[in-house]
Amino acid sequence: MHYDVPSLERGVSIEMNAKTAAENTGPAIQFQHVTYSLSSSVPRTIVNDICLSVASGQTLVLLGRSGSGKTTLLKLINSLLVPTAGQVIVRGRATTDWDPIRLRRGIGYVIQDAGLFPHFTVAQNIALIPSLERWDATRTAARVDELLSLVGLEPAEYCNRRPHQLSGGQRQRVGVARALAADPPILLMDEPFGALDPVTRAELQREFSALARRLGKTIVFVTHDVREALLLASRIILLESGRIIADATPQGFLRIDHPEVQAFTACLTPLPGASA
Amino acid sequence: MTPWTFFLEHRAEILEATADHLTLVIIAMVFAIAIGVPLGMLIVHRPTLRNLALGLASIFQTIPSLALFGFLIPIPFIGGIGRRTAIVALVLYALLPILRNTYVGLTGIDPAVLEAAEAMGMTQSQILWRVRLPLARAVILAGIRTATIITIGVATIAAAIGAGGLGTFIFRGVAMVSDAVILAGAIPAALLAIAADLLLGLLERRLKIA
Ligand SMILES: Nc1ncnc2c1ncn2[C@@H]1O[C@H](COP(=O)(O)OP(=O)(O)OP(=O)(O)O)[C@@H](O)[C@H]1O
Ligand SMILES: [Mg+2]
Repeated sequence: MHYDVPSLERGVSIEMNAKTAAENTGPAIQFQHVTYSLSSSVPRTIVNDICLSVASGQTLVLLGRSGSGKTTLLKLINSLLVPTAGQVIVRGRATTDWDPIRLRRGIGYVIQDAGLFPHFTVAQNIALIPSLERWDATRTAARVDELLSLVGLEPAEYCNRRPHQLSGGQRQRVGVARALAADPPILLMDEPFGALDPVTRAELQREFSALARRLGKTIVFVTHDVREALLLASRIILLESGRIIADATPQGFLRIDHPEVQAFTACLTPLPGASA
Repeated sequence: MTPWTFFLEHRAEILEATADHLTLVIIAMVFAIAIGVPLGMLIVHRPTLRNLALGLASIFQTIPSLALFGFLIPIPFIGGIGRRTAIVALVLYALLPILRNTYVGLTGIDPAVLEAAEAMGMTQSQILWRVRLPLARAVILAGIRTATIITIGVATIAAAIGAGGLGTFIFRGVAMVSDAVILAGAIPAALLAIAADLLLGLLERRLKIA
């Protein structure tokens, strides 16, 4: 299978917001003693007393096993979930004080498993927020073309396809394009490269890390792949059962002496067959 | 007298009754859709109204059709003998499948898609019009299809309260103990139902999203 390698050099207008993000002096996102529990008959705490501050322009990678609470943390940022205790501050204001619609329009969200609209074409999916924001047709169409090229999908070929006519990896790339569409200052990405083959995945990761540095966007990136975390992160947070157990730079992360961290870094050791 | 000779002798009359029958059904369906679909949309986020609306519609459906026609006759404005009463009864009958399918269609959508819509910053009404409704249209149409078939059948009973249609032959045939006359009403009614089923089934398949 062949994928075009996307060239991120084409993403010119994506950089529009780089300045605005940098001007924002305070942290872009702040968790203040955030706890999220389910109010079932047996109350379950999914996220436990999280304190975390994400600086503007930072790429924060949330690492953790399946079920550790990564997606839940993202949903607390864009107010899909409301903290049981504590508060999440986004761009200087608690999520509970934001109009959720305005808050979410300013946050690009790449959903785990893409979450594309099955009744929309690829172009309509990407143009969703621009259409809600009433961009004119020419501007929208130009933006869709630009974003499709950016994620390595030939616009003429993919524009009018429906999500069910795409491979899993192509759907994820459309999901990334959709999140970038309105050029939001904050991006939440939930395993955006999970369904890609390892080769394309590595290519997209390299391209994306270059893009992330240039855009100056605040990015919260979820993964359970240590390599991906080390490559993309300006900072790595490791979650275990809803608690932060490590908070470090990629270099610092490798030196942490904690069994869960080591369980993750152990994945980096060479394969048994590889020559020493 | 064979059914065939009866049919040939009365074909103009039968054709007219078929047209009357179809008109009755179409008018009733237009009202039922105009009430059922918006009501179905309304109850998505209103649990109290939902229980009330679905409950009432189910009750109408359980009343035997002949009895429902009978009950409506003494009611002022909507009642009396004739077409208007018949249409009211048919609408009440058709409501449940349309209402229920609209509700089920709008709420039975992949939660991931709804969550994506919410996460993109769509308002509840934008989600309803731009996501739920287009994704539910095949299910809604399936409800309309069921309702149409029911209505074509039940409309034969409307003749009992003087609303005309193919039921006139059926009632006359029963009174005359003549299979030929009964069939002159029953066969066109069955054909109408089959045709409506095929046509709407075709439309439904075209609306399905793969
Ligand atoms: N609506 C819910 N009802 C019950 N449990 C839930 C719900 N949402 C999340 N959970 C539980 O909360 C925990 C954290 O879920 P979350 O989706 O945040 O995990 P994750 O770290 O994103 O995992 P993965 O890597 O598999 O996506 C899990 O144990 C999950 O079962
Ligand atoms: Mg997850």
